[in-house]
Amino acid sequence: MLQQIEGSLAVAKATALCRPEVICAYPISPQTHIVENLSVMVKGGELTPCEFVNVESEFAAMSVAIGASAAGARSYTATASQGLLFMIEAVYNAAGLGLPIVMTLANRAIGAPINIWNDHTDSMAVRDSGWIQLYAETNQDAVDLHIQAFRLAEEISLPVMVNMDGFILTHAVERIDIPEQEQVDRFLPHFEPKQILDPSDPVSIGSMVGPEAFSEVRYLAHAKQLLALARIPEIASEFESIFSRYAGGLVSNYHLEGAETVVVAMGSILGTIKDAVDELRDSGLSIGVLGITTFRPFPLDAVRAALSGAERVVVIEKAFSVGLGGILSANITAALGNASIKRYSVVAGLGGRSILRSSLVDFFKLADEDKIDELTFLDLNHDVIEREMHRMQTSVRPGPAAEHIVHDLGHSAKAN
Amino acid sequence: MGYQPVKFYQTGSFVVGNRLLEAQDRTVQADMKRTNSLTLGHRACQGCGEALGARYAIDAAMRATEGKVIAANATGCLEVFTTPFPETSWQIPWIHSLFGNAAAVGTGIAAAMKAKGREDVRVVAQAGDGGTVDIGFGVLSGMFERNDDVLFICYDNEAYMNTGVQRSGATPPAAKTSTTEAVGAHPGADFGKGKNLPLIAMAHEIPYVATATVAELHDLEYKVEKAMSFRGARYLHVLVPCPLGWGSAPSDTIRLSRLAKESGLFPVFEAEYGEVTGSSKIRSQVPVEEYLRPQRRYQHLFRPKPDTEVIAQLQAIADKNIRRFDLLDTQSANTREITPAGQETLQTR
Repeated sequence: MLQQIEGSLAVAKATALCRPEVICAYPISPQTHIVENLSVMVKGGELTPCEFVNVESEFAAMSVAIGASAAGARSYTATASQGLLFMIEAVYNAAGLGLPIVMTLANRAIGAPINIWNDHTDSMAVRDSGWIQLYAETNQDAVDLHIQAFRLAEEISLPVMVNMDGFILTHAVERIDIPEQEQVDRFLPHFEPKQILDPSDPVSIGSMVGPEAFSEVRYLAHAKQLLALARIPEIASEFESIFSRYAGGLVSNYHLEGAETVVVAMGSILGTIKDAVDELRDSGLSIGVLGITTFRPFPLDAVRAALSGAERVVVIEKAFSVGLGGILSANITAALGNASIKRYSVVAGLGGRSILRSSLVDFFKLADEDKIDELTFLDLNHDVIEREMHRMQTSVRPGPAAEHIVHDLGHSAKAN
Repeated sequence: MGYQPVKFYQTGSFVVGNRLLEAQDRTVQADMKRTNSLTLGHRACQGCGEALGARYAIDAAMRATEGKVIAANATGCLEVFTTPFPETSWQIPWIHSLFGNAAAVGTGIAAAMKAKGREDVRVVAQAGDGGTVDIGFGVLSGMFERNDDVLFICYDNEAYMNTGVQRSGATPPAAKTSTTEAVGAHPGADFGKGKNLPLIAMAHEIPYVATATVAELHDLEYKVEKAMSFRGARYLHVLVPCPLGWGSAPSDTIRLSRLAKESGLFPVFEAEYGEVTGSSKIRSQVPVEEYLRPQRRYQHLFRPKPDTEVIAQLQAIADKNIRRFDLLDTQSANTREITPAGQETLQTR
């Protein structure tokens, strides 16, 4: 049913339609609205049987989900940013134990400096944890990916993280088609756990594994992700047959056919990129877009195939590996191998900075002429950086850098 | 000659043989139908108090629930020595997740059972003292505060034994550990540090809190079964000597447990909803020296000459426990004169 609602409420409704049995969460912006809405549904009796546990930390949230999932309950939680880092030991553990937990990550920057706004630093911090990572471009995507996430998680017995950009999606009110319960029930079968704590058939879960078997156990985690790589497009097709719209899959294409320049990105920024690309195509540029929906497992073959005809690839990403550069770019390079395709990496939108369509249009025009660096930080204020670098080099105790930069930027804003 | 001396294994104790008890009072372990939840073949050290405590506790929980127990285990000795896969000593559904999250995993299992309408299946979470009072404290307090239907059992051997005997928040003052060595002006762990988890648990006003030792295993079984008669959060703190970490003879595990209680250093009591409902009286009071002397971790208190000042401080802790938990049965004349109390400290144990 079409509804004009906030993204967080839509995700809460979608999650409720999946009939979770245990939900636990700890408040952190910008994820809070999702679990607030779910708590109302549970407490009001709309979502039953379901236990909503108000835990005391994110570490407990993931740990409760681990216990519940191992005991055979469909388990869900949501977090963001610092919360994800606080639970990271349990995040790895859930994946290592192969428990099909679904978690929403309302993507947000990581401090210090503390910042509540959107980027992808949080999800990138756990990219190697063994969780499947899906990225929503729109709130409709977020709804549909959650429904697919439970199916995928439980089929493969691996946890799935659905990423949606904090505030940009979670707090955006827009038209969303919320599926019917009957459709979801048809798509998502009853949870049949692959392992379960059951007094009538006792097993030990989580025992110590030494060097003689650890590689095999870890390889199995990789092999399961590769199974997911094959299942994700199939699940998207089955979803389409029931819900009459396509969502999910490994990658998404936009004017890719014959494009000389291909922009690659994940999440909600794809919308702005597509607008910029429309504008540039109208003015005759050969440019298209590749969206990454599934980041883990990384769809090497699909990316390679999609980019095979490109002259250059421009990766726009909301996170970077400090001391190296783009993370998604490095993954794209892994897919391209030594194909003679020029690669550019653009770090943009950190800590909620708006990625302006005008900035993208200007940048893509330069990219079209290969007049950009291999690594660019979009819309960076170099004057402020140079001033702080100078301060650091000339003062014995330059003081707190972040505060200086905020101060200096305030000054330049006034001067302008 | 055919002379066979009779071995009185229980010499010096007040333990009554099962044969003298009514059938309903006999121990779980004496029952032919005991579950052997933690069965043979595990790799605990000789004289391990934790292995003994865990076997009795879980078997008692199994009897109380007609065999429907799921256990969540923190990282630590108990986890490592029971499950070096492909071997496992657990005959019950058992999960180990992390060092610091056993209580929260227990909460999750209990929530799952509630959602599934299987509240006949009960949950035990268990950890050593590190996984309880230190790294697992946050999630434990959360589990208490929400009154989740989990029995949490702490097997307290008073240090991080699995990693090589480092100090924990449960290490008693003056005890030598590998991070509170017997060097310097004040050898061993500092006075005025550490926390008393049973009292903290009581402050949460949860339905049931109890302490026990592996010297009185029947009492331990009784407390587990009693804990299982409550719904909600329950806490059981069991003193389990560690021959390796304490520097004691494996054959002294039971004796040291008894001396900890009889000296007053480890008060054995029960509490319901935040109020103490009873304590196990000291039967034959001993000065703390009797408990301290057989342990190498306290050797610096006796060599080269007795450190009477520190011993008096430890005696003061015991005396405070005796007053606080009413550990002396004043009707009994069975008390001996003990070392005069030294200076009062904030320590309770």
